[in-house]
Amino acid sequence: MSVLTVIQEFLERLFPRSGGSRQDVKRRLQLVLAHDRADLTPEMLEKMRQEIVEVISRYVEFDAEGMEFSLEMDERVTALIANVPIRRVRNEVL
Amino acid sequence: MGRIVVITSGKGGVGKTTTTANLGMALTRLGRTVALMDADFGLRNLDLLLGLENRVVYTALEVLAGDCRLEQALVRDKRQPGLALLPAAQNRNKDAITPEQMQQLANLLAEKFDYVLIDCPAGIESGFKNAIAPAQEALLVTTPEIAAVRDADRVVGLLEAHGIRKISLIVNRIRPQMVQANNMMSVSDVQEILAIPLAGLVPDDERVIISTNRGEPLVLEANLSLPGIAFQNIARRLEGEKVPLLDLDAPYNTLMGRLRRFFSR
Ligand SMILES: Nc1ncnc2c1ncn2[C@@H]1O[C@H](COP(=O)(O)OP(=O)(O)OP(=O)(O)O)[C@@H](O)[C@H]1O
Ligand SMILES: [Mg+2]
Repeated sequence: MSVLTVIQEFLERLFPRSGGSRQDVKRRLQLVLAHDRADLTPEMLEKMRQEIVEVISRYVEFDAEGMEFSLEMDERVTALIANVPIRRVRNEVL
Repeated sequence: MGRIVVITSGKGGVGKTTTTANLGMALTRLGRTVALMDADFGLRNLDLLLGLENRVVYTALEVLAGDCRLEQALVRDKRQPGLALLPAAQNRNKDAITPEQMQQLANLLAEKFDYVLIDCPAGIESGFKNAIAPAQEALLVTTPEIAAVRDADRVVGLLEAHGIRKISLIVNRIRPQMVQANNMMSVSDVQEILAIPLAGLVPDDERVIISTNRGEPLVLEANLSLPGIAFQNIARRLEGEKVPLLDLDAPYNTLMGRLRRFFSR
């Protein structure tokens, strides 16, 4: 080990590079487990999204671009989160 | 009736057999009687980790076939008279035994011992199903790595589906310096993700490998090493004692460590 690497290691210990891989791995795990636990195939998820969009659009006009649809988990419970920015409520149901 | 506990993981090589051997020894040191059941038919290891490989005569299969009595198949440990091993067959595969037969053997053992610890094979197929069949509770072993935690999570689902509600977590092979450098998930990260109670943590330590080489579980040492204390603590928690979590940072609690933690806030 050269003097330089020793100094480098020392500095790295003093100021660990922010982030590291720990936050990445937690985020990836949380995402993959939300899907594992829900046991939904990507096809089923997509079909469900389309059908929900269909139903919602009968009642409201919404921003399709800004729509978010995801599985999230808290403790051992998986939640389906749909975030639908509404532009306008329709006067009558289509 | 004794408690029937399966030690399981999903992913292979994370430390199930090491944990089974050490917990068995630790519980007998606490005055309990313990039967260890090797459920890893075809790939048995538990006899080796205990240093009992030369004393295996019969296996679970001979007991089931009526070729010997249960008592004859049990290998008693000379170092710890309260400990006995029921070996798995090595020259057969996982389908050599059924879940019902595992249940039958475990129940017989539970009549005579305070604990029956079942060393589960890796995977979630027939060997796993055999191992969990008799269990009332489970110890789930994982390492702080993404693949191991994912598999562990799958196993939690399968255990619950099988009606095993009492599941607790052991996080093995923690490397405190990597956790401090934010390059490894911490015990609380893993526990938060799996959302099951923690039975304990074990550091990654070369003494674990050395003890395996010798066939002498760590908890037998007169002066317990850090991983030895870790296993001993898990045994005490199984017994219902409140034992504070092992502080793995303590040995690194030097000026450097404190400085680093100060700057990384
Ligand atoms: N805390 C630890 N520190 C260092 N090495 C460890 C630790 N725990 C386990 N090991 C090593 O990891 C290897 C696998 O351990 P072990 O056989 O207990 O795993 P397992 O889950 O039973 O594996 P399998 O799925 O094949 O049955 C062994 O070589 C063991 O010595
Ligand atoms: Mg094993």
